[in-house]
Amino acid sequence: MVGNLLIRGMLVGILAGLFAFGFARVFGEPHIDSAIAYEEAMAEASGEAAEEEEELVSRETQAGAGLLTGSVVYGAAIGGLFSLVFAYVYGRVTSFGPRATAGLLAVAAFIAVVLVPALKYPATPPAVGNPETIGERTELFFVMLVVSVIAAVVAVALARRLWSQLGGWNAGIAGALAFIVIIAIAQYALPTVNEIPDGYSADLLWRFRTSSLGMHAVLWAVIGLAFGAVAERALPAGARARAA
Amino acid sequence: MSDITFAPEIRPVPIPVREILPWAIFGGLLMILGIYFVGAEEGATTLFSSLSTHEFVHDARHLLGFPCH
Ligand SMILES: [Zn+2]
Repeated sequence: MVGNLLIRGMLVGILAGLFAFGFARVFGEPHIDSAIAYEEAMAEASGEAAEEEEELVSRETQAGAGLLTGSVVYGAAIGGLFSLVFAYVYGRVTSFGPRATAGLLAVAAFIAVVLVPALKYPATPPAVGNPETIGERTELFFVMLVVSVIAAVVAVALARRLWSQLGGWNAGIAGALAFIVIIAIAQYALPTVNEIPDGYSADLLWRFRTSSLGMHAVLWAVIGLAFGAVAERALPAGARARAA
Repeated sequence: MSDITFAPEIRPVPIPVREILPWAIFGGLLMILGIYFVGAEEGATTLFSSLSTHEFVHDARHLLGFPCH
């Protein structure tokens, strides 16, 4: 049954990746083009002998087949992981039916996996980062991601523990508070990364970053809405609850 | 629990952990490998040296918010 859920999760993830690709293609790509144009203009203005970088992959391929492949592989992987977490959470952490469980899980995962890490280490357009610090930046990004996921697990466990004493509403507030406190401490303690050149277009940066969040939002919305419906049919009748 | 009106009448049955675990290990590793290829191969580390993986998925990598150049 779990293997069946995993395959369904990956298929839903591929579908979500296709939607995310569509969004990124329309709303994200123009900003990547602007960022590359900006980089070239800056290199020219600073009189750097515009080192003709040899293109391994053409821009058209990067923005087309490359973006599609990246989105779909990422979507399939996220969908697969989602299905495994769903398999554990369903009937254990929540008592909701498959659709509501999947929907809630997707919202929680979007906050913990995308939003919180992006608040500390936001997406950057091409040509902004310093290649020499890529190792350190990658490390910090994943530390933030892991802390965020652990904080989410702690928050849910705390809320469940307090549920019978405080009632659902107050237990939920306690869990959310715990999450915010852990994240606040982590984001305060972790070093800031800012490699944006002086004078870089703030508007371009904002638009690039919102389109990045939008792409993730599309991905998680499709997973959250589609997986529950698809999982419903994979769960044996005994494990299924009547949707309230 | 009688005050929770949102809860369904029949409680869903959890899937036993021993059933989930093998799939979680196998699937978890496979999925993380997929994310690694899109997000980090030939960035901070290189597992398989084919020069163009990084370049090919470069737009997705930046738009998905992974640290890059
Ligand atoms: Zn890059």
